[in-house]
Amino acid sequence: MRRESVTPMLLILPAMAYLIVFIGYPIVGTFQLAFSGSKGWLENFIYVFSSKDFQNAFFNTLILGATVIPIQFILAIIFALLINKKWKGYKVLLYIIATPLALSDVTAALISYSIFAPNGYLNKILLNLNWIERPLYFFGYMFKSREFLVVALTEIWRATPLVFVILLAGLQSINAEYLEAADVFGFSAWKKFIKITLPLLKPSIVSALLVRTLFAFQIFGVVWLLAGRDITVLAGETYYWYVFRNNRNIASTYALIIAILTFIVGWFYIGTIRSKHLEEGVRT
Amino acid sequence: MKKFFYVLTFVAVSLWLLGPLFFIFLASLTPSSDFYSMNKIFPSRLTLEHIYKLLVNLGGWRAMLVSIQVALVAIAVSFALGIPAGYALTRYIFRGKNMIKLVMLFTRSVPLVVIAVSLVTMYLRLNLADTMFGVALAHGAMVLPFVVLITSSIFSGVFVEYEEAGMIFGLSRFGAFLRITMPLALPGLAASAIFAFIMSWNEVFASSVLAITNRTLPAHILGTAMASPDYFKFAAGTIMAVPALIFIFLIRKYLISMWGISLK
Repeated sequence: MRRESVTPMLLILPAMAYLIVFIGYPIVGTFQLAFSGSKGWLENFIYVFSSKDFQNAFFNTLILGATVIPIQFILAIIFALLINKKWKGYKVLLYIIATPLALSDVTAALISYSIFAPNGYLNKILLNLNWIERPLYFFGYMFKSREFLVVALTEIWRATPLVFVILLAGLQSINAEYLEAADVFGFSAWKKFIKITLPLLKPSIVSALLVRTLFAFQIFGVVWLLAGRDITVLAGETYYWYVFRNNRNIASTYALIIAILTFIVGWFYIGTIRSKHLEEGVRT
Repeated sequence: MKKFFYVLTFVAVSLWLLGPLFFIFLASLTPSSDFYSMNKIFPSRLTLEHIYKLLVNLGGWRAMLVSIQVALVAIAVSFALGIPAGYALTRYIFRGKNMIKLVMLFTRSVPLVVIAVSLVTMYLRLNLADTMFGVALAHGAMVLPFVVLITSSIFSGVFVEYEEAGMIFGLSRFGAFLRITMPLALPGLAASAIFAFIMSWNEVFASSVLAITNRTLPAHILGTAMASPDYFKFAAGTIMAVPALIFIFLIRKYLISMWGISLK
């Protein structure tokens, strides 16, 4: 490592300038758009907060996150423990689990549509098994709760691998000697998991939780394609107000609300990490 | 008994993750008459008709070209700016280094949803609205923090001693970087370029908001899919999935570490 101040600054400057122009300045612009209106600077927020659409979108975004994230975590942790055993063929399964990482939310939505469509494979298979008499409908304004189910299943399928990858990286960094020591003391597998693996995995769990919560606030493609505005979500409303209502101010207001939620979650996360370091400091 | 358990989980997990992919590939290759007949799960023949029509008659090919251009420009911009920054972060000690790392992490977590609408206002002034280039620059901003962080970790894997040895034998510092560090870092850089390509290829929100006529493939599909017959939706899914799957297969060795960095 070299100690210098001019060269590294010159090397970093272009990247920083680019980020200021294409991320920093637009963020300021989002504020401007959200806080400008003909009837005072809070006009857009008053409109948005009092609208039923916002309340639904906010509620739906939260509910979707609260349903999907715990299931993803349970599945991901089971997969990660399974892969970490390093049995024959674990590498193949690792790549298979990672496959959905390549796919966009739009693709994932279309994939799940091929299964749940009226003529989709689920209906075809059930009909051919004679388990149902007529096709089950999962889409349409009439079947909101079924749409919700399909959206949740799609999200679980698409994003469990994401959590899995973070948790696996965490598991692999755990020193095997701790577990060997536990074996010496005759810990059961369950006790080893609860007393050793889980506490050591905490940083990975927190960071996976952060990533998932942040993405949950941005959920858009899957919901938009599968449910349209039957199930409204915050990012979907941003898109709707910009593309269909041509109103940049309201769209930016929704965008800003997403940004603020993101910021709060990030802050909460940094707080958790910091308190963890404090605890360690006290103990040693 | 234990072996049986592993085989069973292997099969179950694989079916859950790969089954849906199989279904959409099958659906996109099924003739429409077979798809709409309820008692036919497997088609009587396979056809490329839907994929062909989607590409040629429904603007899929054009959107795909836009997608590829966008991704390539975004990669070019973000690597041109990101490699020097990543190099500076590993090879130098300077004041404000942690601050800059924090800025990268922060910008990485700013969702494009937040800035897309406001970018349009900026683009209207710069005549970038509704252009391939505008979308590409936005994707460049999305990918850049990732490139800075990942190149910095790749360069830190190349021993500084090699560079110093080169400089003793008369290379300039830049020469040492170009002739010694770059070739050694190349496989990792190539893998991150592919990763950046997938990030851009999959991004849909900014592409839909920033362009109306020059839309990328996912944006084009998001805008038109709901009005199309089902078999075109499946063809669209297949067209988007296949390149991404091939690319992710190519960089499978790097996957875990790459996601670790991109999600930090």
